[in-house]
Amino acid sequence: MSLSDPTVEKRVRELVTPEGVDLRVVLADASERFGAFALDVVFIIAALIGISIAAVLMAMTTGGKGFEFIATIWILGSFGLRVFYFTFFEMQARAATPGKRIMGLRVAKRDGSALTADAIFVRNAMRELEIFLPLTFLFVGGEAVDGWIALFALLWCGVFAFFPLFNRDRLRIGDIVAGTWVVHAPKRVLAGDLAAQPLSLAFTREALDAYGIRELSVLEDVLRQKDPQTMEAVARRIRAKIGVQDGLRDLEFLQAYYTALRGRLEQRMLFGKRKRDKYDKS
Amino acid sequence: MESLVLKSHRFRAEREADWKKLEVLLDRFERGRGGQLTDDEVVSIPVLYRSALSSLSTARAVSLDQNLIGYLESLCTRAYFCVYGTRSTFFERIARFFRKDWPTAVRDLWRETIVSGLFGLLGVFTAFFLVRSGAQWFYAFMPRELSEGRDPSASAKQLHDVLFDHKGGAEGLTFFSSFLFTHNAEIALLAFALGFACCLPSAFLVFYNGLTLGALYAVYFDRGLGVELGGWLFIHGVTELFAITLAGAAGFKIGWALAFPGKMERLDAMIKAGREAGLVMVGVVIMLGVAGLLEGFARQLINDTAVRYSIAALTAFSWGAYFYLYRPAR
Repeated sequence: MSLSDPTVEKRVRELVTPEGVDLRVVLADASERFGAFALDVVFIIAALIGISIAAVLMAMTTGGKGFEFIATIWILGSFGLRVFYFTFFEMQARAATPGKRIMGLRVAKRDGSALTADAIFVRNAMRELEIFLPLTFLFVGGEAVDGWIALFALLWCGVFAFFPLFNRDRLRIGDIVAGTWVVHAPKRVLAGDLAAQPLSLAFTREALDAYGIRELSVLEDVLRQKDPQTMEAVARRIRAKIGVQDGLRDLEFLQAYYTALRGRLEQRMLFGKRKRDKYDKS
Repeated sequence: MESLVLKSHRFRAEREADWKKLEVLLDRFERGRGGQLTDDEVVSIPVLYRSALSSLSTARAVSLDQNLIGYLESLCTRAYFCVYGTRSTFFERIARFFRKDWPTAVRDLWRETIVSGLFGLLGVFTAFFLVRSGAQWFYAFMPRELSEGRDPSASAKQLHDVLFDHKGGAEGLTFFSSFLFTHNAEIALLAFALGFACCLPSAFLVFYNGLTLGALYAVYFDRGLGVELGGWLFIHGVTELFAITLAGAAGFKIGWALAFPGKMERLDAMIKAGREAGLVMVGVVIMLGVAGLLEGFARQLINDTAVRYSIAALTAFSWGAYFYLYRPAR
């Protein structure tokens, strides 16, 4: 995911720290939220199956005498998982359930303040309305009249279940009431600096003014992925555009051009000119 | 041509070690609630965080390395949540909840509690008088699986037995009480969550809960078992009905903030209401746990109406004193 991607750009929100720096958090989109939730449901069901197997094994070893005890554990366990699974994990330092962690998401307050236990409880208590109530109506009987009532109830509940799709920030009801939202919190790896090598080729001023910042970041992606075919194609186009004949290999040429172009654009940036892209003539 | 090494490259080379240090500390913090960090390391996090923030500002101004800026943004965001996250530990939080937050939140909700209680009472009276005027009303209010044979066609002897005769002592009680707890907790959560739709569904749920109670009471009252049923109900019912009333009240609070936000913006009003109501709801789940224990154990083991009433009175007094007499410093 790159910030220059226009679909991501739309989901960037301001998060200004008390030190006055905007951290530009990226909101999770609906599919990521749903993916995280689906993963969590899978984990909950797996845990319940685990509990059941343990319960059956225990019942077998105790010769059926512990049955009541096991049923108790099962009822409390399923209730506990349903109500406290989300709350427990979101109260940890990562503020995310396992599903959200896998998707690289976390919960945060919309106003940037500390996430409190109360807010976490509220946003998850609302799940009762968003998920479990519609599910109840979904599985309610099929007799004629009751069926119709259930259908209308389901439609009515659907408003809550699909609420995140109808607002800009992808908030569900629980998020609105608790004042939270779900943002990207991926762990990024700091890759090596591509401009580490000294220049192996000199370029003219015109050659360096052919492209802007957008093209530079595309070139950065190409150099980090190091796909030979892409590099060959990109190198050919750049050579044609700037009219350079050199004996270098594609990788070396691109690295040299990247370093020189970045140097040029960064220098102009220091003097207050951000050359957006190649169409930005100034 | 400019200098051989870019300024942004030198900038990065100078600060990279600090970023890596912060990243390692954050990894450890996120893994284990900060437990394994030494004091020095904890103190160094805010310092490293501020220097990373300043690096980010600088990087945005001098560097066009997307990977670097992305990395610093993610690092700073993680550190920000660590530095400005919740400071208190899990147990301090729990202690504060019982000492101050819970009773205060419940007391602040007194208006909604009265309204919610009135809806419940209204349900009780409605069902009581309707069932006494015509027995067939009973079946309209009482789901068949809940009545368990306690309906108008049952004899006084049968009805009496339900209240007192529990053959087999403690057998099956843990199962029974855990079942009751989860069932009631789900109703309470629903009453709360439904408040979001402008109070009405919450009101209906509380009212309906009252209806079943009133219908049951009418049946027993007609057989002259009103007092005994009272003992059977109130030993746990004081706690349970209070909890459900509070859940309804919390729902009202949110619904009211949505419908009439006052001078605040609708969203802000609801966040504020949601915060207070959420505290009450945590407490409601605890109360229902207590009610489930009383219902599952105390009621089944104690078969004397006077003792049942005294336990009911004791719980009523305890909850009342805790919520309304006990005044923690604000």
